[in-house]
Order: sequence, then structure tokens, then C-alpha cells
Amino acid sequence: MGELKLSSLNKAFGAVHVLHDIDLSVKDGEFVVFVGPSGCGKSTLLRIIAGLEDVTSGRIEIGGRDVGQLSPAERKIAMVFQSYALYPHMSVRKNLAFGLENLKFKRSEIDARIAEAARMLAIEPYLDRKPRQLSGGQRQRVAIGRAIVREPDIFLFDEPLSNLDAALRVQTRAEITRLHQQIKTTMIYVTHDQVEAMTMADKIVILRAGRVEQVGSPLELFDYPRNLFVAGFLGSPRMNIVRASIAGIGPEGASIDLGHGAVLPCDVDPAAVRPGQRVLAGIRPAHFQRVEEGGVPFVVQYYESLGTETYVYGALAETQEPIIVHETGHFAPPSGTRLAIAPMPGRLHVFDPDSELAIARRDAGQRRGAVHGN
Amino acid sequence: MAGTINPVAFLGRTRRRGRIDITDILSWLWLIGGTIAVLVPVVWAGLSSMKPEAEITRFPPSLLPRTTQQVVVPGYDRPLGLWTVTIDGESREMAMVRRIGIKAQMVDPENPAAPVSVDARTISPVQKLTIATENYSDPLERFNFLTYLKNSVFVTVVATILTLIVNAMAAFALSKYRFRGDKAVFVLIISTLMIPLTVVMVPAYMVIVGVGLVDNLWGVIIPTVASPTGVFLLRQYMLTIPDELIEAARVDAASEFRIFWRIVLPLTAPALAVLAIFSVLWRWNDFLWPLIVLSSRENFTLQIGLNAFQGEFSVQWHYILAMTFLSLLPVTVVFLFLQKYITTGIAGTGMK
Amino acid sequence: MAIKASAVLERLVEGVMSLVEIPINALERLMGRKRVPYLFLAPNLVLFGIFTFLPIAISVGYAVTGGTNLFVTDRPFVGLDNFRQLLSCQDYSRPGTCQESLFWTAIWNTFWFVGFNVVATLLVALVTALILNRAMVGRGFFRAMFFYPVLLSPVVIGLIWKWFLDRNGLLNAFFEMMGVPPHVFLLEVGWARFFVVLVSVWFHMGFYTLILLAGLQAIPKDLYEAAAIDAASRRRTLFAITLPLLGPNLLVVLILLMIRSVQIFDEAWVLTNGGGPGTANSFIVQYIYQMAFGSDLRLLGLASAASVLMGVVLLALTLVQLRLARKTEEI
Repeated sequence: MGELKLSSLNKAFGAVHVLHDIDLSVKDGEFVVFVGPSGCGKSTLLRIIAGLEDVTSGRIEIGGRDVGQLSPAERKIAMVFQSYALYPHMSVRKNLAFGLENLKFKRSEIDARIAEAARMLAIEPYLDRKPRQLSGGQRQRVAIGRAIVREPDIFLFDEPLSNLDAALRVQTRAEITRLHQQIKTTMIYVTHDQVEAMTMADKIVILRAGRVEQVGSPLELFDYPRNLFVAGFLGSPRMNIVRASIAGIGPEGASIDLGHGAVLPCDVDPAAVRPGQRVLAGIRPAHFQRVEEGGVPFVVQYYESLGTETYVYGALAETQEPIIVHETGHFAPPSGTRLAIAPMPGRLHVFDPDSELAIARRDAGQRRGAVHGN
Repeated sequence: MAGTINPVAFLGRTRRRGRIDITDILSWLWLIGGTIAVLVPVVWAGLSSMKPEAEITRFPPSLLPRTTQQVVVPGYDRPLGLWTVTIDGESREMAMVRRIGIKAQMVDPENPAAPVSVDARTISPVQKLTIATENYSDPLERFNFLTYLKNSVFVTVVATILTLIVNAMAAFALSKYRFRGDKAVFVLIISTLMIPLTVVMVPAYMVIVGVGLVDNLWGVIIPTVASPTGVFLLRQYMLTIPDELIEAARVDAASEFRIFWRIVLPLTAPALAVLAIFSVLWRWNDFLWPLIVLSSRENFTLQIGLNAFQGEFSVQWHYILAMTFLSLLPVTVVFLFLQKYITTGIAGTGMK
Repeated sequence: MAIKASAVLERLVEGVMSLVEIPINALERLMGRKRVPYLFLAPNLVLFGIFTFLPIAISVGYAVTGGTNLFVTDRPFVGLDNFRQLLSCQDYSRPGTCQESLFWTAIWNTFWFVGFNVVATLLVALVTALILNRAMVGRGFFRAMFFYPVLLSPVVIGLIWKWFLDRNGLLNAFFEMMGVPPHVFLLEVGWARFFVVLVSVWFHMGFYTLILLAGLQAIPKDLYEAAAIDAASRRRTLFAITLPLLGPNLLVVLILLMIRSVQIFDEAWVLTNGGGPGTANSFIVQYIYQMAFGSDLRLLGLASAASVLMGVVLLALTLVQLRLARKTEEI
């Protein structure tokens, strides 16, 4: 069925090495999102799984069989393209039928499958229209419909929402998630949008420059980023990164010095650090809180009020490092206001500045799954 | 809509409203003069092609195809020409019996018994508008013109179909695949644009001899099928078809050939139409190559037939012009309907 | 009804194609998808090979061999004799003193024809394009009108003009009306040469007008607005903006016109009954045609040597054109 296993996959276009030793396994029925900045190789990886690109080396298995030499059609996959790639000269019905006709399905079976997919996606009224007569959202659904009628082992989505406007994107996101819950087929979804990744995925694969940075469930990756890149990539606004040092290691664990004498407890593994070690501290904007004492002095520059929440932009008073602080509700500090802020307990991430890797935590038990390659 | 345009406003509608200067007048003179220059020889040939044999060489020529009206008068074997005669200040129509010098002997068709003699310089023939359809029907029946027509249609249709298929296939390969030598092949094909037929016609004929297609319509068709212009035009168009469509079709289990005819060909329809129009024009009008390849009369195309025809019947202009007009007609009709398409197509591709 | 007909046609095409598909798909599976593009290219390349590249090779073969035999391998090798025969001349400006006087007559006729034809066509086309480019009523009509002759066959054009210029033709009727004695235009050397050029301009100017018009319309409108604000006169706008920006197009048209003019044959052949009067309108392609096919004596060596010489000239012109076209693209 829809298991996928990639082993030491490499891809080079001429001298340009675009994928490095990719290992990944996907369980049947899983919703996996490949996410990363543009040029990270996520689309190439998807196209390799689809059979649209050859691998330079490595092995691809779908449902336990090696599909490396098989054509896309023989891999039992279906794909939804970024531009939808609907055949512009064919009606919606013919678009849906084309693949099944090529596979020599019986007419009655083709009609039944089209009817079923059209019902599921609510595109029955458009079946005899041409793609150009449809709105963006309708085209999107037809593109998904074309994949559904094939009843594939794996669905592949290549940034399918990037051509939709913001409101439609949220709606379609939910529809795809619901579709997945309904048909329970393996889906692999490529996007550069971390919100899509966070909201849809059972499992996220973060790629950068042709390498897998981290694999795990959305919250694992959010709470326990393996390195600075993952930490910065997930979450919006980005995680604040400030220079810091290990203040000391006591019986209750290590403490970290954020400057201004703000020394706070942190839950790094005391064995992994030594006092005075220079580190980078990462704190998400939402994980700051205002404190009466013991906080870090922060000077407000300006703020953005979104009604239900407020983002305060400013800098640390001493080092001038820029910081974003998230506040719930209304909050209107005038420019130049000095505030004392501190990370919420357990929400401070500590990274090694040279390797950019997260420094191990005390509660190592929770790091399950947050390891490269799963 | 055209009917509602006020002619004065129409002529006055130039670049600057309300002011007509000398350049506007010169422009209009140029355009109208040019239009007349284009039309006059064509229309003149058309009008002449409808004149009967006796009328066509008359000098100075009459503008419209007319014949002298004739009447059968009792007592005379041949039909007599009808003339307008003025006798005693009264204008009458009389038949001419004979003419001697400046005197003409006329009879009244109503009263043939009493011929009168009148000054031949004062009479003028009674003419009426007639179209000499025999100019068209005779060559079609007596000469091989139907055969020429049939050959021309055959060459045009078959060559156009083959041109579309062969060049579309090559353009597909050159636009949608990356393969070893793709650039070299493209350059090779485009470089043949530089070699006009006139340069290789002698050895090309020898190749035709070699493959046994001399004096055969296929010998006219096949050498012109692979067209660098066609490949180039179609390739440029196919490059605009998104690659994702082709990949989608591959995921949809279509064979490469099926992708070609079910996806790429329908989407290339506009460019194929342009190439088809040009191909039809090339073949229909082609002269030098068929002239070299074809030698026997039953294989002549219309153009070659027309050329041979004028050599043989150098004085029979009524036939020649009728056939000329017949061969010009399809092109004119096509142009009337597809004018916009053709001119924009040519402006866009720079070919003809 | 119409829908049904198109549906039937669609079914028909699909039926035929699904039959055609069977062997091609089998071949495709046999060769593998990677080699499919070669399959698609094959018919084209085979035809190009046989009817373009092979003839080029044969052409060179003919040019360096003598005799009248059609098959290159049966012809005696004569080296550059054919070229020597074509090119040996006491005074190149007087064809009569040349060994192949016909060749040099054709060369000079072609030379003068190209000169006059290029200048006249370019001027007429440019003026027409400039006028048509003004936002004026009836542009589409006039554009179509001037373009119409381009579509006609050279034979038809030759015959139509021959009739127009006939001793009893319309032009002589007009001459007589003006009190000018009639001429047999196509039998008088001066008139015949003049009308070959005139007919050629009449025939082709629409094509070049169209290309120049496309070039003119590609000039951004705001340049003219800027010039108007800068109080430029019309003449100044023409010479300072329009013509310089049209320059690359003009050059391309010029070269194209030269390439095509050198190959003058069809309409002149029909109009002048094969280059008449005498050899006054015999051009280079006609020389080649007559040497190779004009009589039973096939002088393929001389014809091919002349072809090779003409090919070299055309190749040079084409290379210039390609260079210019590339430059135009860069702009």
C-alpha cells in the first residue's frame, strides 16, 4: 500500500548536487509535509518520488517494491501540481477521465469514479466546463479530483495552494485535511509555508540545501527544534535569538546570563555545558512575559496591534539586539518605553553558536522523534 | 456601423482633431493611389477574362465585358450586328448588312426589304453586358485544366498535412525534451533556412531522379515537407506550453505519443493554423520546383499548366485570363476570410 | 447537429489515432522513454538529410566534375575548371568579352535588379508603413489591400501584368488617351527592365510593409508623448525617434530583401517570356535553370558551380542577417 521508503537518495543536475543522502520512511496513511525555503530540493524530492526525475543514486520503495525504474504511471501515485496543470482544451470531465482512459479502464468504471470524486469535491456543476471557465478554487478542486479518481497509493501535492488568495488558502487547507481523514491515503505535500506544514502534517520533513534538517510531528519540531535553522523556520514571527552565556551550573541545573545581570534558570543538560560558555538563546515572541524584577531590560521601538494580540518591536537595552515580544490583547507602549521581560519557564532554547545545534536538554525523554532521520 | 459614418467626419478623423494638414492629404493620396495600383491590374484581368474572344483584343478596350448585339433578319443567312443609326434627326436601331469604306448598308429588322446607306462614322454598335462563360467552361472541358486543378489540390492538401505532422513531431522533440544533441539538431535544422531551394535545385533534382520520383506529384511534395520555418514556428509556440501539463499527462499514464497528440497538438492549434495557411499558399503558388520535377501534362499543377498554356496559346488571352483568374480565386477567398489572421501571423513570424 | 458532427469527427480521429498508437507505443516501450525524442525527430531529419544535406554534397560534386551525366560518380573530375570557365573574362563589365557571356549578363542584370528593387521596395514599404502607423481610420483595410498581392502566385502575377502591359492593354489605352504613342512595353529593353522591377515592388512590398509596421508599433507610445512635450516637430520626431528605433528592423528587412532579390526568377520568367527581350531580363537563377534543365544538354557542372557561387553570397547575407537579428533581440 502507501508506505514509502527512501534510502540514501542523491540527485545531481550535472555538477550541481541538489539532494544529499536522503533517508526517509513514511507509514501508510500518513500526511507528510516537505517544507523548506525555496531551492532546498523539496520539489525535486517530490518529483523523484513521482518518477518525473531520475535519481542519481539511492533507492525508492513504494508499498515495499522498488520503483526506481518505473514510470510515474506504474508507481500508483497521483500528483496535484502547483499550477494545477489541468488540460486546458478538455472539459473537467475529460480531465478527470484522461488518466483512467490511458489505463484502459472500463467506461462504466470511469464514469462511476468521476461521479464519486465530483460528489466528494462538490464539482458536479462544473463537469462540462473548461478549466479556464473555473475560479482558482474550483480549478484546485478539479486538480485534486483528477488525483482522487486514480485511487493511488500515494498522493503527491506540489505547493498546491500557492496560487490561491489568502482566504481561499485557509479554506482549501482545511478541505485537504478533511479529505485525508476521509480517504486515509498516504499524502506527501510540498510547501514553503510553515503554517501549512504546522496545520496539516502528521509529520514534517524540514529540508535545507538538499539535506533533511529534522523530521517529526509539528509540535515536536516546534517545541524541540534540533538546530537554529529549524527553530527559526517554524513559528511566526521568528524565534528571537540573542547572544548569551552560561552563568553557572548549580544543583538545580544550569543558569543562563542574558546580559544586564539577568540570570535565569534554563533546562539544558548540565553535563553538556560549562560555565562561561558562549551560547545563543532562542525565545519565541509569545514565550516572553513582562516581569517586575529579574528580567532583561527591553526598549520599545514600535508595536503592531492586531486587536486580539500585539507584537512589540524593540531591542535589548544593552546589546541593541532586536527582539519581538508578543502580548495578548491590547497593549500600547509608547516608543522608548523600557520594559523588563523574561522567557517563560521551560521555553528557552539554547544553541551552540558554532555548530548551530540545540544543546541537549535535561528532559531528554521528550526528545523522542526529534532526531534526524527519525 | 459603417453606414452611420459621416463621410466628411470620416476623412477628417486624423491625428489632430479638426485640423487637416498637408501630410494628412499626402497620406491619403498615397494610400488611395496604392490601393488603385494594387487593384487595377487584378480587376482589369478579371474583367477581361469575361470578355468574348472578339472583344478582348479590341483597342482601345472597353471597360466592361460587352458584346455587340446581333439580330437574325429574314433574308440574311448570318445574324447581323445591331447599330444605332441617326436618320433625319431620329435615332433608330438597324442591322448592318455590309460596310464599304465609309458607307454602311443598313436594314431595319422590322422592314428588311429596304436597305439604306449611311455614313459609317456616325453609327455606333448596340452593345449589352455579357459574360463570356465559355472562357471558363472551354478550358475546363477541352483542355486539361481540371486535371491541373486536381493535381494542385492534391499537392497542396497532402503536402500541408505531411508538413504539419512531420514538423510538429520534430518541434515537440526539440521543445519538450532534453536529450543528447538537442541543441546541435536544432542548429542543424535552422541552418537549412539559409539554403534556399534555388541553390540546391540541380542536385535536388538528381536526388529525385535517384529515388524515382521524376514527373511524379510525390516528387513535388516530399522534398518540401521538412520545413525549417515550420519547425521553428511550432517549437517557439510549444515552448510556451507549461511543462507541468506534460508531466501531469505522464503521471496520468499517457504514452509519449499520446501526450503528443492528445495534449500538445491541440494546444498548438493556433500555430498549426498559421503554418497550415502558409503551407497552403506555398504549395498552391509554387512554381520553380514543380517546373523542374514535372514534365508530362497529366501531372502538371495549376501554375505549371498556366505557364505552359500561355506558351501555347499566346494570343488566346480570353482563355489565359480566365484560367489565371480561376487559380487566383481560392487564394483571394481565403484571404478575405482569414485576412487578419494571416497578416498578424506574418507580422509575428516574419515568414511568408 | 454541429455538435454531433464534431463529436463524430472526434470519435473518428480518436479511433484512427488509437490504431496508429499501437505500433508507436510498442516502439516506445522497446526504445525506452529516453530515446523517444529521436523517434519524433527521425522523419524530419531523414527528409532534411535526403533533400537538403545530400544535395549540398552533390552540388559540390557536380561543380568539380564535367560532362553531362546525371550521376556524380559517373562524371569525370575536372577540378576548378567549371569555376574557371565561369570566371574567366577580359573585362567583367562587358559580358561579351567573357567566356560565359550569359553568366555575366545574368550577373549584371541581377546586380542592377537587386539594386533598384531593394531601394524601391524599401522606400515604398517604409513610406507605407509610416503612413499606416499613424492612428488613422481604415488602417486594417489598407494593410490588407497592400498585402494582397503577396499571396498571389508568381505565375498569376506575371500573367496579370503581361495582360495589363499588352499592346492592346489598359496602360496603352491610357497612353493613347494622353496622346502618347503606344508601346510594346515588354519587348523594349528599357521598359521591360523597368516593369520587372515595378512588378516585383508591387508583388512584395506588402510583406515588408507588414514587418516594418510591426516594428513601428513596437516603439513605445510614451516616447512620442515625451517628444511632443519636448516640442519636437514632426520631421524631428521622425528622424530623431522613429527611424533610429526602427533601425534594426530596417536592416533586417534590407538583408531579407537582398537575399530574396538575388533569387528573382518566377514572376520575371513568366512576365518576360524567359528573360526577354533577348537576355535583357535574364537573371542568375534563370541561368542556372537553363544550364541544368533548359535543353537536353545538361550542363550540370556549370549550373552547380554557379549555384555554389550564389550560395556563398546568400550564406554571407544570411549570416549578416542572423547577426543583426540577434542584435535586435538584445535591444
